[in-house]
Amino acid sequence: MINSLFLINPSGEIFLEKHWKSVVSRSVCDYFLEAKEKALEPEDVPPVIHTPHHYLISIYRDKLFFLSVIQTEVPPLFVIEFLHRVAEMIQDYFGECSETVVKDHMVMVYELLEEMLDNGFPLATESNVLKEMIRPPTILRSVVNTLTGTSNVGDTLLTGQLSTIPWRRAGVRYTNNEAYFDVVEEIDAILDQSGRSSTDLSTGTTVQRSWKSDPEVKGQASGVCVCVCVVCKLCYDWLTGTTVFAEIQGVVEACVKLSGMPDLTLSFMNPRLLDDVSFHPCVRYKLWESERVLSFIPPDGNFTLMTYHVNAQNLVAIPVYVKQSISFFECGSDGRLDVTVGPKQTMGKTVEGVMVTVHLPKTILSINLTATQGSYTYDNGTKLLVWDIGKLNPQKLPNLRGSLSLQAGAPKPEENPSLNIDLKIQQLAISGLKVNRLDMFGEKYKPFKGVKYITKAGKFQVRT
Amino acid sequence: MTPMQKLLQLPVNAMNMVKTAQDQMGQQDEAKSPVMTPDGGNHNWYNGEPNDPRHIRFGSGGGDQEERAHLEEGGGSLSSLVTQPLRHDDLKEMLDSNKDSLKLEAMKRIVAMIARGKNASDLFPAVVKNVACKNIEVKKLVYVYLVRYAEEQQDLALLSISTFQRGLKDPNQLIRASALRVLSSIRVTIIVPIMMLAIKEAASDMSPYVRKTAAHAIPKLYSLDPEQKDCLIEVIEKLLADKTTLVAGSVVMAFEEVCPERIDLIHKNYRKLCNLLIDVEEWGQVVIINMLTRYARTQFLNPNMNESLLEEGGGEKAFYGSDNDDDTDDEEDKEEKEKKKTEATAIVKRKPYVMDPDHRLLLRNTKPLLQSRNAAVVMAVAQLYFHLAPKAEVGVIAKALVRLMRSHSEVQYVVLQNVATMSIKRRGMFEPYLKSFYIRSTDPTQIKVLKLEVLTNLANETNISTILREFQTYIKSNDKDFVAATIQAIGRCATNIGEVRDTCLNGLVQLLSNRDELVVAESVVVIKKLLQMQPEQHSDIIKHMAKLTDNIQVPMARASILWLIGEYCEHVPKIAPDVLRKMAKTFTNEEDIVKLQIINLAAKLYLTNSKQTKLLTQYVLNLAKYDQNYDIRDRARFIRQLIVPTDKSGALSKYAKKLFLALKPAPVLESPFKDRDHFQLGSLSHLLNAKAGGYQVLPDWPEAAPDPSVRNVEVITLLERVTTLTSVPEWTKCSSREKRKEKKADKPFYSDSEGESGPTESADSASDTASGSESGSGSEESGSGSESEESNEESESASEEDEEEEGKKKKKNVEKIKARKPVPESESEPSSGEDVKKSEKKSKPRIGSSESESEEDDDSESESSESEEEESEEESEEETKKKKKTTASKPPSKPPKKENKKEKKEMSLLDFDDFDPAPSPSQVTPLNNFLSSSLVTDLEGLSLTDNVLSPTTIIPSGNLKTYELLHRITGEGLSVEYCFSRQPFSPDPHMVAVKIQFTNSATSEAKSLHVEDAKLQSGMRIKEFPEIEVLPAGETISVVMGIDFCDSTQAANFQLCTHTRKFFVSIQPPVGELMMPIFMTENEFKKEQGQLMGMNEITEKLTLEEKCQGEHAVVQRVTTAANLSRVPCGSDKECRFAGKTVTSGSLVLVSVVTKEDGAAQLTVNCEKMVIGTMLVKDIHQALTQ
Repeated sequence: MINSLFLINPSGEIFLEKHWKSVVSRSVCDYFLEAKEKALEPEDVPPVIHTPHHYLISIYRDKLFFLSVIQTEVPPLFVIEFLHRVAEMIQDYFGECSETVVKDHMVMVYELLEEMLDNGFPLATESNVLKEMIRPPTILRSVVNTLTGTSNVGDTLLTGQLSTIPWRRAGVRYTNNEAYFDVVEEIDAILDQSGRSSTDLSTGTTVQRSWKSDPEVKGQASGVCVCVCVVCKLCYDWLTGTTVFAEIQGVVEACVKLSGMPDLTLSFMNPRLLDDVSFHPCVRYKLWESERVLSFIPPDGNFTLMTYHVNAQNLVAIPVYVKQSISFFECGSDGRLDVTVGPKQTMGKTVEGVMVTVHLPKTILSINLTATQGSYTYDNGTKLLVWDIGKLNPQKLPNLRGSLSLQAGAPKPEENPSLNIDLKIQQLAISGLKVNRLDMFGEKYKPFKGVKYITKAGKFQVRT
Repeated sequence: MTPMQKLLQLPVNAMNMVKTAQDQMGQQDEAKSPVMTPDGGNHNWYNGEPNDPRHIRFGSGGGDQEERAHLEEGGGSLSSLVTQPLRHDDLKEMLDSNKDSLKLEAMKRIVAMIARGKNASDLFPAVVKNVACKNIEVKKLVYVYLVRYAEEQQDLALLSISTFQRGLKDPNQLIRASALRVLSSIRVTIIVPIMMLAIKEAASDMSPYVRKTAAHAIPKLYSLDPEQKDCLIEVIEKLLADKTTLVAGSVVMAFEEVCPERIDLIHKNYRKLCNLLIDVEEWGQVVIINMLTRYARTQFLNPNMNESLLEEGGGEKAFYGSDNDDDTDDEEDKEEKEKKKTEATAIVKRKPYVMDPDHRLLLRNTKPLLQSRNAAVVMAVAQLYFHLAPKAEVGVIAKALVRLMRSHSEVQYVVLQNVATMSIKRRGMFEPYLKSFYIRSTDPTQIKVLKLEVLTNLANETNISTILREFQTYIKSNDKDFVAATIQAIGRCATNIGEVRDTCLNGLVQLLSNRDELVVAESVVVIKKLLQMQPEQHSDIIKHMAKLTDNIQVPMARASILWLIGEYCEHVPKIAPDVLRKMAKTFTNEEDIVKLQIINLAAKLYLTNSKQTKLLTQYVLNLAKYDQNYDIRDRARFIRQLIVPTDKSGALSKYAKKLFLALKPAPVLESPFKDRDHFQLGSLSHLLNAKAGGYQVLPDWPEAAPDPSVRNVEVITLLERVTTLTSVPEWTKCSSREKRKEKKADKPFYSDSEGESGPTESADSASDTASGSESGSGSEESGSGSESEESNEESESASEEDEEEEGKKKKKNVEKIKARKPVPESESEPSSGEDVKKSEKKSKPRIGSSESESEEDDDSESESSESEEEESEEESEEETKKKKKTTASKPPSKPPKKENKKEKKEMSLLDFDDFDPAPSPSQVTPLNNFLSSSLVTDLEGLSLTDNVLSPTTIIPSGNLKTYELLHRITGEGLSVEYCFSRQPFSPDPHMVAVKIQFTNSATSEAKSLHVEDAKLQSGMRIKEFPEIEVLPAGETISVVMGIDFCDSTQAANFQLCTHTRKFFVSIQPPVGELMMPIFMTENEFKKEQGQLMGMNEITEKLTLEEKCQGEHAVVQRVTTAANLSRVPCGSDKECRFAGKTVTSGSLVLVSVVTKEDGAAQLTVNCEKMVIGTMLVKDIHQALTQ
C-alpha cells in the first residue's frame, strides 16, 4: 500500500525518508515540490498528485509535509488518515510535531515508522501498543540512557505477553487512579449582516422590472445604482448580523490513568442532544445505540473518546455579537474601521480569550487604530490584523476603531474582509450537554473522577 | 594515522568537518579503491597506506571539488561510496567492539543516516555480523538496517538467514513474528523457498500475532516471486478461515494483493467476516469492507433492481436530452419520477425483490462503523452503502460524511470529491446538510471549488434562492479563481433549474457592472452560454452587453459579446452594425481573439444586413488582411472568399449563410463529476478519474443471483462458536452479543408483549407450547390465560418437535423437583418475615412448573440457539412482520431467552480481564425458569441494560438462584451448578459461601474432583472444597466452598479438575450476594444512615410495578435481589433493610418509601459507592419489573 514516506519542511528540504518496500528515489518528490511552488499557501497543495509512475498523497500538518508514495490503488483516505496518525504519534511521543523534534529523535521516529507499517500496511498504530514496543523519551530516561548507554527500545518486549485489547497495554499500574474527561465544544458559525437582501440574485426580478420599463437608458443606470446603494447601506449598517449557519461540534477528550482493566460506563444527562457521534474504537457501538451510554475499556493515558455533533434543530446560542463597519471612501485613499464585540447568550459565564482576526485587503497601506481594551497587532506583510481582547466585560464593551489608508491610486477593495472570532468560555458546554455519571466495573479501587466543560469558537466567521 | 584513530571516536559530523579541512589541506588520504570490497580487511589495507600515491589521480582541481561536494552533501550517490569508508571507520570499529553500548551507538548513527536518506550500504558486512547480537535493542536496529539494504547486498544478506530461521522456532511469539517479518522483508530472491516454508509454518502457528505476520508476509513473497501464487493462495485460504480478528484484516489485504479474482475463497468466510468486522482493527476494516463491496456485487441482486431498470430508460433520455442526467428540467424530472414510481410499483407487484439475508447481514454489520473515528472506515462504509444498499437506506451515510467535513482539509478534499459524485446520483441525501457545504473565506481554494460543486449539484427549485444568496456572497471574495468558479456555478444552476434562469441571468447581468474585470468576463462567458438557450427573450440583455464593449477590456469577454451579437444580430438589428462600426475603429488595437470575432461579426452582418454593413465589412477585412497574425490574415482571406461572391468562389458562397448562421446547439454545462461513480467510490481511481494500477473494477450486479448456499457453513459455525468461547478473548465476543441485541431492537413488539406477560419470560426456544402448559399449572393468576391461547396459535412452527421434548421435559421435571426440593428448605430466609415465608410457600409449586422449561434450557439454549441464531436473525425481521399481523401479542418465548443470553454475555464482558481465556462455562446459564429471571435482573443491574429490553415480571420468590458452572456437554457428562447459599461460611466469615452441586450424568464415574490453579484478582481468595474422591455415574453431590470476592463483582476464575480433565470455570457474584444480613434497630438504622449521607447515599425514584405495591411484595423482592435483613420500622410506608459487605464489613442500608400510586423512593446508603450504585440498579430492577 504505502511505499515510502518523506517528511519535507516548508522550504522543500526532505529531512526524513522511510521505505517499506523497495526504495523509491527521492527525486519523486520533485513533482510535489513543483506543485508546492505553484500553490500560494501550503494548504493549497493538492493532497493527491499523479506522477507517471507513482501517486503522491500528502498532508500538511504542523508546518510539515508528510508525503507518501503509492504505487497501486488504495483508498486515498486510508493513506491520509494514516499520515495524520503518524503526525499524532510524533506529537504523542515528543510533545510536539516539528522539524526540530523529528531531527532530534531521528532514530526513534524511524523505528516508530518501522513498527507502524509492515510492507506498507498498518501494523501497530495504537499509541498504547507502540509505547510498549518503543518507550517514549523522558528527561530522566534520556539522562539514564546517556549514562548507561541503553536506548529506548522496550526491553519488556520479549515477555511474550500481548494485550488482548489492541488499544490498551497490559499490566497498567497507578498509585493514584484518576479519570478526567474534558467536554470541549466548538461553535462553528457564519454570521452575516442582515439587510443585504436587495442584492440577492433571488430578488433580481425587481431590478429587472425597473429595467424593462426603461430599457435603453435607465436599465443600466439602475443596475449600477442598486449596487452602489447596497454598498452604502452595508457601510452604515450597524445591525448585529444574522446567523447564516451555526452548529456545535463537540469532543470528549479523556485522560484515564487507571490500573488494571477497568471497564467504564459514561452516561450523559441529555444524550438526545447528540445528533451524530464518532467513537474511539474502544467504545461499544451497540450499547450506545440501544442505551446511549458510552461503555468502554479505555486506552491508557490521553485519547479522544468521542466526537459529536449537536442536533442541528436546536438553535445554537451564539455567545457574542459583533458590531462592525469597515468602509472605504470611494474618493480618496482612506477607509474606516469600527468593531465592537459584546456578549450575547453566555449563560451567565464570562467570555474569555476573545480574539478578532481580520485579513485586510492587500491594498491597505497602513492602519491607525485604537482599542479600548486589549491590544492589536498588525503585520503589514500578511495584512493580518489580530485584536486580542481577552475577557469580555459586559459593562464596557471593547471597541477598536480608527482609519485605514489605502495605497495611493489603488481602487477601493471589492469585498470587506470577514472577521474570524476566537473565544473561550470555561465551565460551560454551550449545547447544555452534561455528563451524568461515570461507573467503573472490573476493578476494585475507587477512581478519582473529573469532568471539565469548555466552549470555544470553532470556525466562527462574521461576514461583512 | 594517529590523528585518524583519535577521530574515530568523534561523531560523524565532527568527522566530516575535520575531513573537509583535511581535504583543503590537500591531505587526500581517502581510500581510493574504486570498487570497495566490503569486508573488514579492507580498512586495514587502506590505513596501512595512508599516503597512497594513487591520490594523485584525484589531484586535479575538478575531481577534488567534486569529492568535497559529495562529502558535504553526505553521500547518497554512487561516487561518494568511494569516500565513505573513511567516515565509517569509526562506526565499523564500534560495531566490532564487545560493548553493547558502543554497538548500539553505532547502530543508532547508522539508522539516522538511513533516515536522512544517506547511503550506509558499505557498512553492510559490519552490521550483518551483529544480527545474532544478544542485545535486543541492537538487534532491532540491525533488523531495520537489514530490511533496508538486504536487497542491494544479497549475498551478504544470506549470512543472516540462519539467525532468522532460528528465530522462527523461538518459544516467544514476538520473536517468531519479528523473525518472520524481517525474513520476509529482505527481498532476496534466493530465499524464496525458505520464506515459503516459513510462511506456511507460521500460518498454522498457535499465536494469532504470528499468523497475522504470516498474512503480512504473503504479499511480500508474492511481489518477490509471483510464481509462488498457487502455494500462497493455499495459505491465504487457510488464513481466511482463521477466526481471530487480529488476522482477518491482514489476510484480506493479502487476498486483495495476491488473488483478488478468487472470489470463491470468500464464500465460506463471508458470514464470519461480516460478524467479525466490528472488532477488526480500523485498517483491516477498510480493506475488508472494500473487498466485501466487490463480493456483494457479484453475489447478490441489485436491491434497486426495479428502479434501476427504469433508470436506464430514464438515464438514456437524459443523455440524449439537452440537460444533465439527474438535473434535468424539474418538471420533466418530476413527471419522470412519477412515471417511475408507478412503473416501479407495477414491477414490484410482478417480481418481488427479496434481499438475500447475507446481503442484509453485510449492510447491518457495517452500519455501526459509520461511527468510527477513522475517516477511511467511514468512507469505506459510505461507499459500500452507496454501491450496495437499497435507495431508501443510502441516506444514513450522509450524516457521517458531513461529519468528516470537519476533519483535516485533506480529508475534506477527498470526502468532497466523493460527495460530489454521490450528490449527482442521490441529491436528496445531502439536501438536509446543505449548509454544511457553505464556504468560509478561510477554506483552501480547492476545497472551495469542491464545495461549490456540491452546492450546485444540490440546487433545486426549493433551495435555489438560498443557494443563490450564498453565491452572491462568494462573488465578492478576494479569491478570483473562486469567484470565476462561482459564476460558472450560477450558470449551471440557471441551466438546470428553469425557474431561476431569468433571475440568474439578471444577477449575472448585474455582475457585468462589477469593477473586477475577471468577474465581468466570466459573467459574459456564462451569460453567452445561457442566452444560447433562449435568445429570443433576451434581446435587451444582448443590447446591454453590446454597450459593455465600451468598458470591458478582457479579451475573452469582448470576444464573447461580439460572438453573441453576431449570432443574434437579427434580434438587435439596430445595434449590431453600430457595434461593428465601433469595433472597426479599434480593430488594430484588439487582441487576436477579439479580432477574429470582429471578422466573424462582420461576416454575419454582411450576410444578413449587407446594405448597412457592406463597406464596414470590407474595411475590417482589409485591416485583417494586413494583420501581423497569420491566423487573422488567413481568416480574412477565407471569409472574403466565402461571403463576397466572386467568379472564382461561386460554389461555396451559396452556402455561406448555412455555414455562418447555422443553428448552434447550446453548450451543456455539466458537472465534472458526472458518471464518475463507475469507479468504486473512495478509491484512488475515483479521485483521479482514471484507472490506477491494481484497481479492481467494481462488477455490475448479476442478472440472477448465484447460489447463496455456498456461504452456508452451519456445522462449522457451531463448532466455531464453541471454540470461540474459549479461545477468543472476551471482548471480541461483543459483536455477537451486540448483534443479538440489535435483533432485539428490531422487535419492539416482543418487548411490549413482555410487559403484559408474566411468567414466561425465560422460557426457552422450544417452549412456545410450554407456556401453555405452564399456565395450566395454575399458580399464576394473571396474564397467563390469555397467553396460552395465543401461544397455541403461534407455535405452529415449533410445536411438532416441541411436543416430544415436552414429554421428556415433564419426566425430567419430576426428577428435578425431587432433586431441588431440599434446597429451598435447607436454606434459612434471613429476613425472617412471616409474609416472606408465606409467599415463599406460595411460590413453591410454581418452582416446579416453571422448571418445566429449565432442563431444556441446559441443552438447547447454549448450543442450538447459538447455531440457529445466525439464520434466524435474517429471517427474524420478515418473520416478525408476519407475526405482527397474525397475533396481537405473542407469548414472548424466544426473545426473553435470548435476552438472558445476552445478559450473560454482558456480564462476562464486564468482568473481562485480559489474561483469562474465560471458558464457555463461565457463561452462567440459568438452570430454571424463575431463577434465571431474577438473574436477569441482577445482571441487568450490572450491565445497565435498558429497561425495555428486560422482562417485566419476576416471580416473587426468596429462593436461591442457581447458576451453571460447567455444562453437561462441555464437562463431558459432568455438570456443575452453583448457588449462593446465603449462609455464613464458617471457616472464614469474610467469604461468600457458594454451594456447588456436581451431577455426574456420564456413564463412568468421575474421580478426584477438586479445585486447582485459581487465577484471582489481587486480594481475592478461595477456600476450596475438600476433594471429592469419587462421584459415581448418575449421582449428585453438593459441596460448599468459600470465596472472598473482595466486595467486587469480579469473577473468580479457577480450574475444576477431574482425574482426567481440567475445566476453566468462573463464578461471578451478583452484587446482592456480596453482603450478609445484620440485625439493627430502627434507631441504629437511622443513626447509621445519617452518617452515610452525601456521596454515599444514592436515591432513586421509581414506580412500583402493580403486583409489587404491597409491603410484602417489596420486602420479598428486595431480599431476593440482595442478601439483606429487614429492619423493623414504625411506618408501613417504609421498608428498611440492612446488611454489610462480606469482606470489608461496610454497612449497606436500603430503604424503600412507598407513596401513592405506586410511586416509591429507593435509598441506598453504602460506604462503597460502586456497590451502592450497583445495588440500586438491582433493587430498582427488582421492584419495577
